[in-house]
Amino acid sequence: MSEVAPGTSSEFSEERVRAVLDAHRSERGGLLPVLHDIQGELGCIDERAVAMVACDLNLSQAEVFGVVSFYPDFRASPSGASVIRICRAEACQSMGAEALARHATESLGVGLGDTTADGSITLEQVFCLGNCALSPAVMVNEKLVGRVDSERFDALVARARARASGEPQP
Amino acid sequence: MSAADSMPGSVPRRVGHPDLPGHPDPSDHPDAVRVFVPRDSAARSVGADEVAEELLRVASTAGRDIDIVRNGSRGMLWLEPLVEVVTPQGRVAYGPVAPQDAASLVSSGALEGREHPLLLGAPEDAAFLAGQKRLTFARVGLVDPLSPEDYIATGGLVGLERALEMQRSQIVDEVVASGLRGRGGAGFPTGIKWRTVLDAPGDVKFVCCNADEGDSGTYADRMLMEGDPFLLVEAMVIAGIAVGAAEGYLYIRSEYPGAIETMQAAITIAYGNGWLGDSVLGTRNAFDLHVRVGAGAYICGEETAMLESIEGRRGVIRAKPPLPALQGLFGCPTIVNNVLSLAAVPSILTAGAAAYSEIGVGTSRGTQVFQLAGNVRYGGIVEVPFGVTLGDLVWGYGGGSASGRPVRAVQVGGPLGAYIPADRFDTPMDYETLASVGAMLGHGGVVVFDDTVDMGRQARFAMEFCATESCGKCTPCRLGSVRGVEVIDRILAGDDREVNLALLDELCETMTDASLCAMGGLTPMPVRSILAHFPEDLARGDVRPGTVPLPESFR
Ligand SMILES: Cc1cc2nc3c(=O)[nH]c(=O)nc-3n(C[C@H](O)[C@H](O)[C@H](O)COP(=O)(O)O)c2cc1C
Ligand code: SF4
Ligand code: FES
Repeated sequence: MSEVAPGTSSEFSEERVRAVLDAHRSERGGLLPVLHDIQGELGCIDERAVAMVACDLNLSQAEVFGVVSFYPDFRASPSGASVIRICRAEACQSMGAEALARHATESLGVGLGDTTADGSITLEQVFCLGNCALSPAVMVNEKLVGRVDSERFDALVARARARASGEPQP
Repeated sequence: MSAADSMPGSVPRRVGHPDLPGHPDPSDHPDAVRVFVPRDSAARSVGADEVAEELLRVASTAGRDIDIVRNGSRGMLWLEPLVEVVTPQGRVAYGPVAPQDAASLVSSGALEGREHPLLLGAPEDAAFLAGQKRLTFARVGLVDPLSPEDYIATGGLVGLERALEMQRSQIVDEVVASGLRGRGGAGFPTGIKWRTVLDAPGDVKFVCCNADEGDSGTYADRMLMEGDPFLLVEAMVIAGIAVGAAEGYLYIRSEYPGAIETMQAAITIAYGNGWLGDSVLGTRNAFDLHVRVGAGAYICGEETAMLESIEGRRGVIRAKPPLPALQGLFGCPTIVNNVLSLAAVPSILTAGAAAYSEIGVGTSRGTQVFQLAGNVRYGGIVEVPFGVTLGDLVWGYGGGSASGRPVRAVQVGGPLGAYIPADRFDTPMDYETLASVGAMLGHGGVVVFDDTVDMGRQARFAMEFCATESCGKCTPCRLGSVRGVEVIDRILAGDDREVNLALLDELCETMTDASLCAMGGLTPMPVRSILAHFPEDLARGDVRPGTVPLPESFR
């Protein structure tokens, strides 16, 4: 979904925020769709976007910020070029998700929620991707991957890194 | 760019022969062999797109004309990607197919249904499916999910047409008489909820479908939305007509991009065919349907938090009363139902309430869509009448553990559900029996663990999950869960074991009794089931704090 728009330019653009607001003008209670689309356009929802949304929807900035901070999908600063989310819920735990999460943090040298130094990958945890019969499950940007062991994980990382540097993909 | 990198937006509904771009309709090349390759996200997660691409390439090189249809999944997920070829004798299945199998499949005559090491035979004869009673999932895997022709040819819209001939209260009576209960977790009778909304004063009413499906071990809502989206559209229109609502919201979690995309496409097609809009099937009934996308918060599956989220706010629980049925979305009377509750309705109206209520046991009528998950050999969808035993599901359909080790425990009903030990697998699966053994059915997820599971760790996880996902509105849940993690850590480390066990028991009682909603109220269920059935895992006293789980903490 639009909450993860990896590699999207994070440059703030008043015009693009305005366009999103206009596109949702007729929707009742449309704050979430607006925020999803802004993040899809700009890669994150920063203070300037919060201010514009608040003003436009006649809300206080605190209200909009409250919504942005409540939902795990929304981010105040941009992600790495790819977002890799590891499922850590029970079905995946039963098939070794904790070992996979440990492998991921150790091999990438980052904690969950952090971005690698080269900016290529943001590693996150997620609770259930609806792929619980093919555990452990991982999502790379919007692509679901099943039965992920450490080898398969490394291949996903290599591919994401290649994509970030514009190399042909392995 | 390979198919693996492409976004779900690029799932082709139907891929024609590469030499015939823009002519994907099989009637344009009737000699083409129809080949089904699922578009279900689970199938795609193990390579279905690559298989489809490779089959097309290999067939084209061999001068064979094939027409690939991206169907839903049959729900035999260990066999995915499951490829089916249409032959004069019927459909023939091969699986699990890897892209590199495409060449040998084509050369050995799989396009005529011939022998191959991956040959499985007629899919409907599979033992896993033969014993099932598929009502809700009847169409999933059989049809092209986005073909309105397929939908109608397989009995689609009959339920809606019947509803359009009935009085509102008659529709509601039919749903009441079917005995259908909510499949989202609480098991509330669906028809009674509808009657409350029907009888509520007000010109503006809403139908909200809860497709947040956050429970670990559940994926049936996703598979239904991806495999038979028109069924949910039809069901929501029927609900709207039954209670006098002209607008519906479908709230889908953001973790399901494939379901979101499929539902949006289906809704567009439904508008185009006059199934939605100002004049449903040419009648004076109007119904508009909007998709709303969640944003990663588990608590937004709770109905009042979901309504807050649709209205554009933080997903914080609303106190009840008022019931959403009386004051729900934007303060108006609102039906909130799970995907599977709604999806049962068209078949109830088609075959009649009696046909549905004949199935099942006690006050659990109809079929339940179980989802076998985790460490299980044959994971997938098992739709059967209520009353099947847990053992039938885990050892029968599921074939035991995937690891081949003994099964030790099963968690039924998601992260708020109980862990049931293997010696209780004779338990029949229905609402009342499960409640009587301190468990619950929830959304029908069955997560299998082998004997390597550390139940102390699972107890800790239950509390930690609650601490992470709590909406923060009430203290027993917000703080109780954090205390719960600390106390369990001390028990696991062997510090003051008796004192801390008593403390944990007290904490569970407070959370159960004093939480505002079932998030805090049910988190003690898995914890207590572990205390009751697996006390030995809390008695070792050898785990130092900070070592479980790894990496050390969430967020
Ligand atoms: C923490 C929590 C999470 C829930 N998550 C879901 C969910 O993901 N999907 C769902 O249908 N119901 C969920 N429910 C149950 C809903 O509150 C509500 O009972 C249900 O949507 C009503 O529909 P039904 O009667 O058709 O089951 C959840 C409840 C709680 C307390
Ligand atoms: S029990 Fe938890 S999730 Fe429910 S209202 Fe209280 S704090 Fe919120
Ligand atoms: S628990 Fe990991 S995908 Fe469901």
